[in-house]
Amino acid sequence: MPKTSSIEESLRAVAGPQNLRAASGADAVSGFLPQFVAEPDDKHQLAAVLSLANEAGITVVPRGGATKLDWGNPPQKADLILSTARLNRIVEHVWADLTVTVEAGCTLQSLQNTLAQHGQRLAFDALWPERATIGGVLSTNDSGALRLRFGALRDLIIGVTIALPDGTLASSGGKVVKNVAGYDLPKLVTGAFGTLGVITRAVFRLHPLPRAAKTFSFTGENYLAMQQNILAIQDSHLAHTSLQIRCSSCEFPAADILFEATDVGLAAQESHLRKLLGSTRVEQSSGNVWNARQDLWNSPTNSTLLAKISLLSTDIAKTLGSLESLCDSRKLELRIVLQATGIGMLRLAGDLDQVAAAVELLRSELQSRSGAFVILRRPLELNSMDAWGNAGDSVSLMRAVKHQLDPKSTLNPGRFVGGI
Amino acid sequence: MDARIFQELRSIVGAHGLVSSPEELHTYECDGLTNFRVMPLAVLLPSDTQQVQAIVRVCHRERVPFVARGSGTGLSGGALPVENGVVISLARMNRILEVDLPNARVIVEPGVINLDVTGRVQPHQYFYAPDPSSQSVCSIGGNVAENSGGAHCLKYGFTTTHVLGLEVVLPDGSLVHLGGKALDMPGYDLMGVFVGSEGTLGIATKVTLRIVKRPECIRTLLAAFPGTNEAGAAVSDIIAAGMLPAAIEMMDNLAIQAAEAAVHPNYPDCGGLLLVELDGPVAEVEALMRDVDEICCKNGAWEVRLAQTDTERMLVWKGRKAAFAAMGRISPNYIVQDGVIPRTALPRVMSEIARLSEESGIRVANVFHAGDGNLHPLVLYDRRIAGQEQAAESLSYRILELCLEAGGSITGEHGVGEEKKRMMSKMFSEPDLDTMQRVRCAFDPLHLSNPTKVFPTPRLCGEKAGEYVAHPLETAGIAERY
Repeated sequence: MPKTSSIEESLRAVAGPQNLRAASGADAVSGFLPQFVAEPDDKHQLAAVLSLANEAGITVVPRGGATKLDWGNPPQKADLILSTARLNRIVEHVWADLTVTVEAGCTLQSLQNTLAQHGQRLAFDALWPERATIGGVLSTNDSGALRLRFGALRDLIIGVTIALPDGTLASSGGKVVKNVAGYDLPKLVTGAFGTLGVITRAVFRLHPLPRAAKTFSFTGENYLAMQQNILAIQDSHLAHTSLQIRCSSCEFPAADILFEATDVGLAAQESHLRKLLGSTRVEQSSGNVWNARQDLWNSPTNSTLLAKISLLSTDIAKTLGSLESLCDSRKLELRIVLQATGIGMLRLAGDLDQVAAAVELLRSELQSRSGAFVILRRPLELNSMDAWGNAGDSVSLMRAVKHQLDPKSTLNPGRFVGGI
Repeated sequence: MDARIFQELRSIVGAHGLVSSPEELHTYECDGLTNFRVMPLAVLLPSDTQQVQAIVRVCHRERVPFVARGSGTGLSGGALPVENGVVISLARMNRILEVDLPNARVIVEPGVINLDVTGRVQPHQYFYAPDPSSQSVCSIGGNVAENSGGAHCLKYGFTTTHVLGLEVVLPDGSLVHLGGKALDMPGYDLMGVFVGSEGTLGIATKVTLRIVKRPECIRTLLAAFPGTNEAGAAVSDIIAAGMLPAAIEMMDNLAIQAAEAAVHPNYPDCGGLLLVELDGPVAEVEALMRDVDEICCKNGAWEVRLAQTDTERMLVWKGRKAAFAAMGRISPNYIVQDGVIPRTALPRVMSEIARLSEESGIRVANVFHAGDGNLHPLVLYDRRIAGQEQAAESLSYRILELCLEAGGSITGEHGVGEEKKRMMSKMFSEPDLDTMQRVRCAFDPLHLSNPTKVFPTPRLCGEKAGEYVAHPLETAGIAERY
């Protein structure tokens, strides 16, 4: 790396003196302290800073609201934080076309507030919406309970602009909901953890806010009974928006179901649900149950690990059973929120060696059944564990894509699958 | 082609898997876009993934470009053969490999016909949602290549929403698995990039699909308006009322006449016909259908009909789905376009199309997926009249420019293929296209998989293994290396 002072001068010249500062402890990434933080004013300045860093051989960590900055593997190197904080405008909300163009640094909540003025929403629930930015939720492919009905961000994004390490600003997709011209790069950068380019703006399709909504909850005597009820609901004519299971050590599993419809429609759905579940007691509950996923993240200790799991619905009972017995025998505290999409978030706490061993066992069990186990947040002591697990036979193709867009591994080196 | 290569390919697929006589090759010289034709050197009909791999390895070693082909119903020339290349037809790989109802997944080979997936799961009240008009003949592999849509993608999404996993033979013959049966497999969403890449990134040999539970009820309403502007205003009001219909289709008078002549769906003779379909739980659908009815009347509909039975509903749809083919009843030749506009630009774009049509003396019939702004203008002409074909072509490109000027796209579901590649640089800037081509270079550095499609100027990839060998496109002066 060239001399720090000359780099700093160049960065300052490109970003503007007011937009570059030395990093402080609060800017650390998984224990790594970068040297600088740049907060460019617009996408052109962002691309220029990125390109300068790329040429100078300094590594870059893109950052939105920093709510998920420690997800993925720790970086091999992290010299410069490239913040999208100032790219926070809602460029265009064409409510009559149900689309919005928004800059990457805008928080999800501020976007939703604007959309709500016209009775619309981005049909997507992320963790910490008041701080999480559009660029950040896209890059980490976060998704919540609304995914069952509306899909993930990959299904809602219709256009994107990214800055590449060589300074190229490239757009793909467009502003219309239906469009097959060119490659679907919005999907490529969704979930890429900022390793291919820095997202500067995105275009989304929107949905109307529901006219009315109701949540119901029920418990299951055991995991198998719960799985049977989940499968029965999924196989029914119910038109639910969300369906999740909540479990923690030593409690009966509980499930929540959300309906969004007209008042007439809601009444019909409720009676259909009660009929379908027969003797299982169904109670109306408050919308707060949908915070359960985020609540897993509250007051973490030095011994807490959080992970995302993927599985098939028919493996719900088996997986929950294994989890419970693993945690029992290793004296781990377990909490899990599992969506009917098969995506779950789990929290393990206890002796770190036991946590690490449980992760390995669960991962290999899930992978053997077409699933996945990805570590999101872990204590620094477990930093050497791979966050991702087996990414299959397409890793060399992924490396080739990375090499085409970021040949010098300037962006987030080492954080993604297969050492990317 | 070199006799040695020919022999080697024959040994992979057997004599019955190779088409090489000029008469038989004619079948493959074009797809649904018939005004472009290229004779392939040979057509190969592999029967499994290993055969596809073996063929592609030979092509890779010998630098023979190849084009994968499903049912050949594409409308943009995606399956048009390339000069000095072979066609790999996936038609014989047509097995449904697994039906997993509890997890709502079906795994198929690429040659399986779209409607056959629904056919297989229908007894259990499931269906496969993407429904291009050609669904009774088009293949899943072709749908994957084109990211096919259909009338119901307004609510259900496109092929890319319903493909969860792919087995792909890369252009060097290696096999990779993208995505999977469960969601969010670790790594880049290369599956998302592959779907809709029009055969330029490799060949899908196995596809994991999501199937959807059939809704409790489906109701289809037909509303007759004086013109498309009034019908368009009704569409805007339906969306503004917070509804997401399963489909909203619109036809203008010329399209109605053609459909009527072809399949007699008994459409009202009007200036703008709207077909609105709602699906879901009975109570909800019935409540919302009353709102739709009211909105249509408020916007000047003089007749509103609710299809009462499944038979009536199917007939209503038959008219719409047959609309393209029906043009043959009112014009000897026609060009189908596939532009997309933000729905709010509809009145402006429609009146401009009408003006251009009048000015050029070329008739244009309009059929659209009105909910998502996907226009299908049908530009009607008679090839026998000197100059008409050219005038029709330039009108159809002008319509695409109108779509771009309105902030839309040159293609909503038919793909860029051969037909619209020269429009790509009007929609995207040079850096945008270069970035896409860099992704292509990661998949296909030698540019062998459907090499001449999608991009206006094929660009060759900078890095190459071994000794420099000029690519045929480079020697011919139609591509540059970067």
